[in-house]
Amino acid sequence: MVGLTVVAAIFATLPLVLILGLLIQKGASSLSWDFFTAMPKPVGETGGGMANAMMGTLMLIGIASSIGLPVGIGAGLYLAEHRGTKIAFVVRFLSDVLNGLPSIVVGIFAWQFLVRPIGHFSALAGGIALAAMMIPLVTRATEEMIHLVPSSLREAALALGYPRWRTSLTVVLRTALPGIVTAALVAVARIAGETAPLLFTAFGNQFWSTSVNEPISALPIQIFTYAISPYDEWHSLAWAGALVLLALVLVISLIARFVTRSRFSGGHD
Amino acid sequence: MSPTQLHGASLGDRIYRFTTTAFALSIPLLLVLIGVEVLVAAWPALTAFKLSFLTSSRWDAVEGVFGAAPAIYGTLVSSALALAIATPLAVGVAIFLSEFAPPWLRTPVAFLIDLLAAIPSVVYGLWGIFVLVPALREYVMPFLADRLHLANTPFFSGPAYGPSMLAAGLILAIMVLPYISAVTREVLMAVPRAQREAALALGATRWEMIWGAVLPYASSGIVGGIILGLGRALGETMAVTMVIGNRHEIAASLFAPGYTMASLIANEFSEATNDLHLSALMAVGAVLLLVTVVVNAIARWLVWRVQRQAKS
Repeated sequence: MVGLTVVAAIFATLPLVLILGLLIQKGASSLSWDFFTAMPKPVGETGGGMANAMMGTLMLIGIASSIGLPVGIGAGLYLAEHRGTKIAFVVRFLSDVLNGLPSIVVGIFAWQFLVRPIGHFSALAGGIALAAMMIPLVTRATEEMIHLVPSSLREAALALGYPRWRTSLTVVLRTALPGIVTAALVAVARIAGETAPLLFTAFGNQFWSTSVNEPISALPIQIFTYAISPYDEWHSLAWAGALVLLALVLVISLIARFVTRSRFSGGHD
Repeated sequence: MSPTQLHGASLGDRIYRFTTTAFALSIPLLLVLIGVEVLVAAWPALTAFKLSFLTSSRWDAVEGVFGAAPAIYGTLVSSALALAIATPLAVGVAIFLSEFAPPWLRTPVAFLIDLLAAIPSVVYGLWGIFVLVPALREYVMPFLADRLHLANTPFFSGPAYGPSMLAAGLILAIMVLPYISAVTREVLMAVPRAQREAALALGATRWEMIWGAVLPYASSGIVGGIILGLGRALGETMAVTMVIGNRHEIAASLFAPGYTMASLIANEFSEATNDLHLSALMAVGAVLLLVTVVVNAIARWLVWRVQRQAKS
């Protein structure tokens, strides 16, 4: 019976090894300097890269983080400071519900709420959709991290005459900072690979764009478009894109682990 | 609740309090807004087709008749298939990690399993298109149908195209496995020491202890983890869209292509030309939203109950 659990462990890790192995093999062989600097080329022309998609992914992460992080951290502070109240219970529960929503539902919400009234797809709408996915993750993690801060620290600051807001921001939040940085990185890693919400908001763009008000490309969108196309040329670019995207996500996740040195790690959200 | 405040709340405190409260309340607000907006978008289709939207299999953009039954069926079947494959593996891994694995092996294996959750959906889809689907078509499907003589059963009959319900179920299984195993591991660790020691003291072997004392204690939490995985599987979009074959048809065979609610929306959104078609897609989204909220609420409640038990 012990053997069975070993077999389960082997079978569970096998797909990861297979996927990573092939991704490195196929992705590395189609990866070139052009991939990072060149624009996509039309079908039939060889070469071309995903410079615009990479820029787009960075911009979307930037927009999403600048909305999602402050809101998530603020909400986390509130939950930590109002533990035990009814409102905190409800907010906590609903934040878990929000976290469980399929990303595509968040996408169609952002489309109906932002894209349709404005009349066109935009990077901003994409960033807001991704922010909506970040908020519950950051909120819950911030709350957990703040809960780990000894209450004596807070009491000491208050006893010294610090106002509550300065106690919270400069003493409590600062002590919990490594944990919150980890949470922020985990959230960024999760949204960096999201595709479904972007189909309805950022939409994708064959051209270079840095405007928040226009459609923008992103690595996951570009990988999807190329993967389902019938052209071999595009397929190999999709593999290269997938390798770059996965490298980005893994590096962010590894930094996240490193920041807290496995003290707070424990896997799922 | 707060320590004595000599001069009442200062301006800074009031601003701080107002901001954090507003951010916290933005979460319920956002959720309500999502519900309302999706419902508004879905309304024209819901009022036009009423219940037949859920029961009819006819999805005809030209005639303007929409019934989402094949997509609902596909979502349920692919998710059920995924759970049937992933659950034994995930629970097995969790037991291995929490009970048997030597300490030096624990962290790396747990890390590898967690990594599965970090791989973006579209990368799974890419792998699915170029590796999983061809492998199914060339080896697995012929093996199931001819070698195991399952071709006579309705579930493994028909031509092996590759893109199929089976492919969707398999890729979903890989994707939900880390979620189920993470929750199971956590729940197993929450089982009190006394529970284990009592079983061992009664003369149970290690395996008997796990089977008879640990698993029953943790069972409702494990079920919670499985349902949480179900929530993920129901809404998973990109990978499924890329391997399921996208066809409006209810077929008993797992070899046949199908549709899920999420893949239907993703696949037809850019092609939808008239408002009713768009609204029908949004109505599919509304059904998906409702189902996932209910499933997740049940899962959270189950996990929360076990954790509260463990604390008291």
